[in-house]
Parts: sequence; C-alpha cells; structure tokens
Amino acid sequence: MDAQIKAKKPGVTGTQAKQRISVRAVLISIGVLLANIVVNGLIFMFFRDSTLNPLLTAVLAVLWGVLGVYLIYYTLTWAVEQYPDHIRRKVLPYIFIGPAVLILGWLLILPALRTLYLSFFNASSEKFVGLSNYAAIFSDHLMATALRNNLLWVFVGTLACVCFGLLIAILADRSSYEKIAKSIIFMPMAISFVAAGVIWKFVYYYQPGDEQIGLLNAMVTYFGGEPQAWTSMLQPWNNFFLIIILIWMQTGFAMVIFSAAIKGVPDDILEAARVDGAGEVKIFFGIMIPFISSTILTVTTTIIVFTLKIFDVVMVMTGGQYDTEVVATQFYRQFFMYRNFGYGSTLAIVLLIAVLPVILINLRQFRKQGGF
Amino acid sequence: MVGKKKRKGSKTVVNLILGFICFIWLLPTLGLFISSFRPAADILQTGWWKVFPHQEWTAGETLQLSKEVDLRGPIEVNGKTYSDDQLKAGVKADDSRLIWENRRARTINVQEQGWKTTPDLTLDNYNNVLSGKEYKLKEADGSETMQKGTGLSQAFWNTLTIAVPATVIPVLIASFAAYAFAWLRFPGRKTLFVIIIAMLVIPIQVALIPVLKDYTALGLNGSYLGIWLAHTAFGLPLVTYFMYNFISQLPKDLFESAFIDGASHFTIFSRLILPLSVPALASIGIFQFLWVWNDYLVSLIFIGNQPSVQVMSMKIADLVGSRGNDWHLLTSAAFISMLMPLAIFFLLQKYFVRGLMGGSVKG
Repeated sequence: MDAQIKAKKPGVTGTQAKQRISVRAVLISIGVLLANIVVNGLIFMFFRDSTLNPLLTAVLAVLWGVLGVYLIYYTLTWAVEQYPDHIRRKVLPYIFIGPAVLILGWLLILPALRTLYLSFFNASSEKFVGLSNYAAIFSDHLMATALRNNLLWVFVGTLACVCFGLLIAILADRSSYEKIAKSIIFMPMAISFVAAGVIWKFVYYYQPGDEQIGLLNAMVTYFGGEPQAWTSMLQPWNNFFLIIILIWMQTGFAMVIFSAAIKGVPDDILEAARVDGAGEVKIFFGIMIPFISSTILTVTTTIIVFTLKIFDVVMVMTGGQYDTEVVATQFYRQFFMYRNFGYGSTLAIVLLIAVLPVILINLRQFRKQGGF
Repeated sequence: MVGKKKRKGSKTVVNLILGFICFIWLLPTLGLFISSFRPAADILQTGWWKVFPHQEWTAGETLQLSKEVDLRGPIEVNGKTYSDDQLKAGVKADDSRLIWENRRARTINVQEQGWKTTPDLTLDNYNNVLSGKEYKLKEADGSETMQKGTGLSQAFWNTLTIAVPATVIPVLIASFAAYAFAWLRFPGRKTLFVIIIAMLVIPIQVALIPVLKDYTALGLNGSYLGIWLAHTAFGLPLVTYFMYNFISQLPKDLFESAFIDGASHFTIFSRLILPLSVPALASIGIFQFLWVWNDYLVSLIFIGNQPSVQVMSMKIADLVGSRGNDWHLLTSAAFISMLMPLAIFFLLQKYFVRGLMGGSVKG
C-alpha cells in the first residue's frame, strides 16, 4: 500500500494541478468543529442541571451518548470532504483514529506520566522528595503486607485458574454434558465482583454459637469441627479464602479458551499417538500441552494482569482489614482516605512496573502473530 | 469391543467428576438465590439449605424433675443417668433426644426427630430493596421517626444509563480507528498502533488520580459524560485490538471496488464495514457491557456519593459495609444486580465467548 501511494502521488500532482483550498472549506470545517463542541457542551450542561425523571433522563442520555459519537464522525468527515482530494486523503485517517488517540492520550497516557511525576513529590504534591516515596513503600509494614498479598494473589490465583481451567476443559471435552457444564463454570464471569463478594460472604459467614448460617462453617460443624471466622481470624490464611473467589470467577475464562484450543489439536495426531499405545496422560503432557502452549501463555498473562489489579473482592469482603490489603486497596486508601497523593501515585507506579514485563511479552507475542 | 466398554466406563467417571465440580461451582450462587427469597428472620437463624427437607429435632413431651434431684450430680431420667452438660447440649436416648427446656424450672424436653422443611418464601426482600427500606430513627427526645432509604431502582437506571453509551462509544470509536489502522496508510500508523496495544495491560490505577484532577477542574465529576469517557478510555485498547483483528481479516477487494465506484471511506465504513462486523461488534460489545455493568472502582472514583447518580455495585458495596447484618437486603440486592449480566450471559453466550477468544486464542 505504501508503494501504491508513492506511485500515485506524482500522478496527482502531474495531471491535475493541486487544487486550491477554498476559504469556504476552511470556514465550514471550523464551523463544524465549533458546532460540535458547542452542541455537545450544551447537552452536557443540560444533563448536569436536569431534574427530569430518572427514566426519561436515562433514555435521553443514552440517545445522546450513542448518536453523539456517530454525528461527530459524520460531521467531521463531511467537513473534510469539502477539501480537495490530496488533503482529504491525508487528513481522513487522522479523523478516524483521532478520537481514539485523543481519549487514550488524555485519559491514559498523559495521566500515567503525570502519576509518575507525582510519585516523586510529597503527600500534598508540593515538595519534591525524590525517591523517598519508593523507599518508604518498601519499608512500610502495611505496604509489605500489600505486596506480599498481591504476590500470593498472582501466584496462587493464576496457577489455580490455569490448572483448573485446563482440567475442566479436558474433562468437558470428553463428557456428554459439555455445554451445560461449561456454562455453569463460566457463569461467574458475568457476575460482578461486588455481587460475588456478597455470595461468598454468605459462604464464609461466621457467628459464635451452634447454628451456623454460613455454608462452610455449617459443614465444619457438621463434621464436628469448630466454626471459624474464615476471612478475619485466620491470618494469613484468610487471603486464600479471598483468592478462592477469584478462582471461582476466573477459571471459566481460562476454561473457555483452553477448550477452544484443545479442539484445535488435530485428530490424526491424537489417533496416531493412541495407535502407538500412548496413554491419555502421556497424550496430554506430550501432545496437547506443547500444542496449546502459546494459548497457555496468553491466558496466564491475561489472568496475571487481571489479578495484579484486584480490588473489588478485597474491598467488599474485608475492606483490607485483617492483613488482607493488596496494592490496589492500599492505593485507594492512601489517595482517598489519607489524601497522600505522593504515596498513592507511587503505589500505582509500582503496580505499573510489576506489569511491565507482561506488556513486553504481550507485544512480542503480538509481533510474532504477524500483527505488524 | 473391550476398548469401547472401557471408554464408556471412563466416560461415566468423567461425567461424575465434572458433575461434582459443577455442583461446587453452582452452590454459592444457589445459596444466595434461595436466601434472597427467605424472610429476614429465617436468614439469620438457619442456613438456606434448611429450605430443603431435612431431619430435625422437634419438641415433644416435657418431663418434670422432682425437687430432690441434684443438678450438679448425675441426673436420672427414665432409668438412665446423664450429666448436666450432656443435657445442656442435648443427649440421645433411644429414638429421642433429651435437652433442658428450662433448667431452673427443672423441665426436660423429649425431642423427636422428624422430616421438616421451612418453605416460607417471600418476595418481601425484593420489594424492600427496590422501593427502599424504612428505617426507625430515634430522635434526641426519644420519639421515633420512620425514614425511607433510597431504593435500588434509581441505581438500576443509573447503571443502565452509564453502561449502554459506555459500550457503544468505545466500540464505535475503536471500529473507526481499527478501520484506519487496517486499511488506510498514514504516517505514524505503526507507532500509534503499538502504543495502543501496549495500553492493553496498563493498570487503570495509574490514570485515576490525574484524570480525577482534570475532571474536577472541568466539572465532569459525577456526570454521565465523565464516566462514559473514563470507561471508553479504559476499554478502548482491548476493543481496538479486537476490532483490528476482525476488520483487517475482511477481504480487501470487497471494499476496493466500492472505493473505485467513488464511495468515501465514511460510506464504506458505515455501509460495508459495520454491517459485516456485526458478529464481532456483538461479542466485544457484550464483553464491554458486562465490564461496565460490573465495574466498581471506576464508578467509585468518578461518580461520588450522591444517590442520584450511584450505580448498583456502589449501592451493594455500601449495604455490605454499613448494614452487614441486613442479609435479606443484601441477598436480594446482589441478585437484582446479577439479573442483567446473567440474562445477557445466557442469551448471548455464543457471542460472549467469541468476544473473549478474539484476543486470546489467535496464534
């Protein structure tokens, strides 16, 4: 395509002289741009100050949100079409990617840089303190706990999700109820972490006395054991009880993807191995695992990234008490409760540094896939 | 023949194991579901499994001990002796169980075991949660006033108002961008695309503080537009990546001829690309929708506490925090918040799964 454009260029300039940019086109495009800003600004103010009935507001807001974006693209491309060909061809791609780049730049890339900058300042972001926030984080007891717990989450959670996912995918592949089973395991993916927190609070519920309404304690007392306050008393094991929630929610994700990958293993290879007398276990480790290794890598990466950012489960279940703090909850606490902006930013950056290797692996994988 | 039989046998084992795993997976949700229909008092007193038929001791006749019996020593009842502690906890005697009914009055209850169910189920919890529960507030002068808490229905509409545009906007923006990245050539294309891909794994915590500052300055905090933009930015990398994978696989000659016929890129995009991408749009759309619907952190930070804008996840988290013992409210509230995702999940499962795999299985 690059070559194509280069070949065309002299053609354009050669046969027809570059068309002049008309004043009308410039005015139109400025007008369109301004109109977009003003109209959407006005609508925004209308919603901010509106006291309409919630249902009506909801309908109108949804209409604005959905049609608004489309209209912005529509009007901008229309404005560009007022220009001569060579300009249009150059500008149009930027109109197509423009909103994406602007939004990402404003709300993700620049903020990341600003957070990095803030992490070198003190609590009120007024005094430059160098690396002392970073030093403080690693000597702070709470932070050490948070980092330890995050590591636990990442290792235990990811390992369990991947292993269970693989196991269930294999089992489902051989069972007669594949679809139902997969739906059931996958279902928690659709449930919010907050709701999942409620669900599991009910499982772990503890009250002193005989009658237990929490499932786990009821089972423990049924077999003659002592009921426990699973999420608050048993430190540091309580973290594992929280991680179980993640496993419950994420195994379905791993399973679905592994299941698809396993179905991609060619049948004739499997048949050949069976004819040669390989057992199912040998086939699994000798053929299937190597065949789907790249899928295992992607799933593992995804779950690691996801687990590093874990926030909701801890927040809902324990609020970070009883030594269950993770980096994300600490971040929230530092920033919104203690108003320590420097510390909060540093935590976010530590989290970013933790995912950096994952970014690199992902990019390399992407290039291998022939993305670019 | 032997081989076939063996496989059939192992299939039963596989089915059994899988069935067991599925049972464990369903159990927590099932518990919540049943609990949400139980009267408030029942939830706090007995486990939800008591709804099913189960064996339970029920009170039978009462024995009166004479005044001479020393309660600290061995106590003789119906010809057998028991200790005080045994009678406190309940002790088996033949088919029945002996337990103190009232130790001071010296009465012992002879309980019989029988099958029981507690099937009183009610919709009260749902009604309470949707319309807002009434709380008794004690005033300083001792009088009591009733105050109505806000219901979940407002939060439901808020969530919907946030989730629908926060799904459509990123999907549309990402599709335009993906089309440009896949089929238009312009300087900076590769660099920009790689940057967007790298954004896939950036933890959003990194962006929260500065974005919040900007929002406060611009008055976007707590507004629909603000939260749409935030969700758009945080979802864009994945959606762009996914849409790029799909759009770049479309056959080239399909729209090349349209272009030669004089169609503009915008026309090609909206008349050809979008209709052709419906399966991809649906799958990634569902994914983004569920993500926004279930989100807690982003809403917590950019929405604020006014009930008029709160979303459901915040509402429920609040309930957990402030009224941890109002289980009846919590269970039904959690279930209401799950209705939409679960409905979408079961109706559109096929697309949802495809949306998940788009970014992962390739290669």
